[in-house]
Amino acid sequence: MTEPLPSNPEPLLVMHGVRKRFGGVQALRGVSLEVSPGEVHALVGENGAGKSTLMKVLSGVERPDAGEMSLGGRPWRPSGPVDARRGGIAMIHQELALAPHLSVAENIALGVEPSRLPWLGRISPSDRRGMLATARRVMGRLGHGDLDPARRTGDLPAAVRQLVEIGRALATDASVVVMDEPTSSLGRRDADLLLDIVGRLRDEGIAIVYISHFLEEIRRVADRFTVIRDGSTVTSGRMADERDETLVEHMIGRPLDAVFPPGGREAGEIRLEARSIAGHRLPVEASLDVRSGEILGIAGLVGAGRTELLRCLAGLDATVRGDVSIHGRKIHRSTSIRKRMRAGVGFVSEDRKGEGLALPMSVGENLLLPRLGPVTSGGVLSSRRMDATAGRWLSRLSVRGGGSGIPVETLSGGNQQKIAIARLLHQDADVLLLDEPTRGIDIGSKVQVYALLDELARAGRAIVMTSGHLPELLGVCDRIAVMHRGVLGPARPVEACTESSLMSEAVLGPDGSGEGEAA
Amino acid sequence: MNIEATPDVTPAETGWIGRVGRLAAPFIGLFLVIAIFTSIEPQAFASVRNAQTIAVQTVVVGIGAIGMCFVIVSGGIDLSIGSVIALASVTGALTLDAGHPPTAALAVSAGTGMACGLLNGGLVTALRIPPFIVTLGMLGIARGLAKLLAGNQRIAPPPESVGWLEGFVDKTPEPTWLLMAPAAWCLLAIAIIAGLVLRRTPFGIHVVAIGSSEQTARLCGVAVRRTKIVVYVLCGLGAGLAGAVTLGRLGVGDPTTAVGLELQIIAAVVIGGASLSGGEGGILGTMIGAFMLSALSAGCTLAGIDNSVQEIIIGGIIVAAVTIDGIRHRRNRS
Repeated sequence: MTEPLPSNPEPLLVMHGVRKRFGGVQALRGVSLEVSPGEVHALVGENGAGKSTLMKVLSGVERPDAGEMSLGGRPWRPSGPVDARRGGIAMIHQELALAPHLSVAENIALGVEPSRLPWLGRISPSDRRGMLATARRVMGRLGHGDLDPARRTGDLPAAVRQLVEIGRALATDASVVVMDEPTSSLGRRDADLLLDIVGRLRDEGIAIVYISHFLEEIRRVADRFTVIRDGSTVTSGRMADERDETLVEHMIGRPLDAVFPPGGREAGEIRLEARSIAGHRLPVEASLDVRSGEILGIAGLVGAGRTELLRCLAGLDATVRGDVSIHGRKIHRSTSIRKRMRAGVGFVSEDRKGEGLALPMSVGENLLLPRLGPVTSGGVLSSRRMDATAGRWLSRLSVRGGGSGIPVETLSGGNQQKIAIARLLHQDADVLLLDEPTRGIDIGSKVQVYALLDELARAGRAIVMTSGHLPELLGVCDRIAVMHRGVLGPARPVEACTESSLMSEAVLGPDGSGEGEAA
Repeated sequence: MNIEATPDVTPAETGWIGRVGRLAAPFIGLFLVIAIFTSIEPQAFASVRNAQTIAVQTVVVGIGAIGMCFVIVSGGIDLSIGSVIALASVTGALTLDAGHPPTAALAVSAGTGMACGLLNGGLVTALRIPPFIVTLGMLGIARGLAKLLAGNQRIAPPPESVGWLEGFVDKTPEPTWLLMAPAAWCLLAIAIIAGLVLRRTPFGIHVVAIGSSEQTARLCGVAVRRTKIVVYVLCGLGAGLAGAVTLGRLGVGDPTTAVGLELQIIAAVVIGGASLSGGEGGILGTMIGAFMLSALSAGCTLAGIDNSVQEIIIGGIIVAAVTIDGIRHRRNRS
């Protein structure tokens, strides 16, 4: 994208030997990171490797136990997040950190309002004009000069809100911008735009630390990378010199022989069939069938209606048209989730923290909730039976790190996802509807989830899964159908699909006619 | 390499140790209240008679708080409970006045409470109005209805018609080996049953799950609406029984009784370790909270501290309890 950079021109930010311990956990055991101005530096590693902690240390949220940091040649010891922001470090968070009720300009100025007196001083009309002008200026740098800075932030689409956050960073003249999974809440087109903007900021000489799980994205935007694992820096180098496979091997710390399970499953009878179903808004029209022993993948852009389709099938959202049969028996489209569950349908939500799991409740309660009958005696729950039953599932899915009594929120994302899947097994579901089952979990856990899905399919369960990550669908599924603007295309055998064929169908629709741009 | 090498777990705050830790605060509060008043009024406070008074005073707040505990754990709130107690005491008194036996009055009071609870629960689930608003409305409706039914005065049934209901709440019971009022024993029994229901039945787990994450509960096939309605009906039942007990103690149905009692009842539940955002709380803690509040009010009366000061103290305790809860949560999250 740009001229090759000199190997290490005067690093702007240097972190060396940073250590941080939380209670009994050594989160960082000597991490080093060097970032130069005008460079996009990818920080990669599994969940829990220490990326977020390192960035918290950098941005003054946490103080390091040991190690040296310097910024622009001077020692860097921020006393807190505000101090760090003033010093030129800006964080763009994964979850949007904006006040939805405030205007764009107010959000951009938040915490650095131009008032004469601190805090209680009146923001005069001229100050207000200044705020609006600043907002217009920074949004202009981000290619959104036409955005009205007086608009309520909550009314803007997610992609623009993300830009407002970046605008906030620019407004304080940040020299280092840290982006933590900035595209995770964006659709593909918006993500592309964002990546262009990252490139533009780099060209303006800003140093960017870019955290992402998506290798393609890093490949596209980053100049150099640092891999951290278990709280230590494993390696660092130029993106151009490293292949994806070796990067992943550095991240997981072992050879990457088989990420995806071998294919060759045998499909049996039809377990779930939907004919021309439609929801309130989405899906517009979808027909599918899935057989025992097979995994059906649903691809599509964000907003195409993948999640809505699965929610309709699960009975969580209303189906307004069409027919559904489970095990060959037609059910009424208004059949509740409870009746569908009894018929053998199970659902894993893409929103693990908000919907999928009751985070403060115990692992055992989360796992057993849909079917408490077997762990009661005489109507009273038996903790012995609960522990035993939950324990069996935990060891079956090799969930380590605590028994059934601990709150599920203390588990890692990967283990939480296993609990959500184990719940379906306890519920005895044989039609599994999995919405983005590997979202937000590290690559090691992903490999385990893939193997689990393969095992479940081989044991005769019918699985429907969505994913925004095409290589994953190609690697795991037997058939793939693409959703385009609420309409589900025909399912094709995975051998007949390629990443580009799926992508063009997702963007243009099944016949390639492309009635306009996708949402 | 073991991918799960980093320990996921903080061993504290789990299992029964965590639960006992959560109860430490209300126990310490109760201990402080008793210690303070025993030192101020050693003779009067630490007496059998005073203990009997406290026991009987705990009954009204305690029964109400058991129902309230279910509501709060499910993530809701019932502000109407004080008014419903007054309404139930009026309907019970009217039943006695009409010449029916005390048992019938008890049933009518209980039914009144459950009907109010059903309406609360129905509106919360069917119209999806926040429970705060629905029960705030019910607070006015039930109070107004009580005054309307009673013609803006106390309903005083003939003293002999109150019958066993009076002895039921007598703080010096017959026979004396009972030690405290039969109503207090009943409260204890109800509390034990309610505690089992909340912790040890699928219904109880469903209540906790709804309070913890309603979406998750729905996704797991929990009958969210039905469970919520039952929870409000239970709270109404508690209010109805508390109304009958009030009737027994006062001998009259008073439409202006129990004003602001919802504050004490909610305080008892929160002091007992419940979180107002749902998913947490228990009957044992609630009972300690209720007991602490009645000990406080009995102590204040003995020490000659004014009612208004009592209200200030209770308000302060609620804020302190919620603050402690908040601090604990923050520590857990980090």
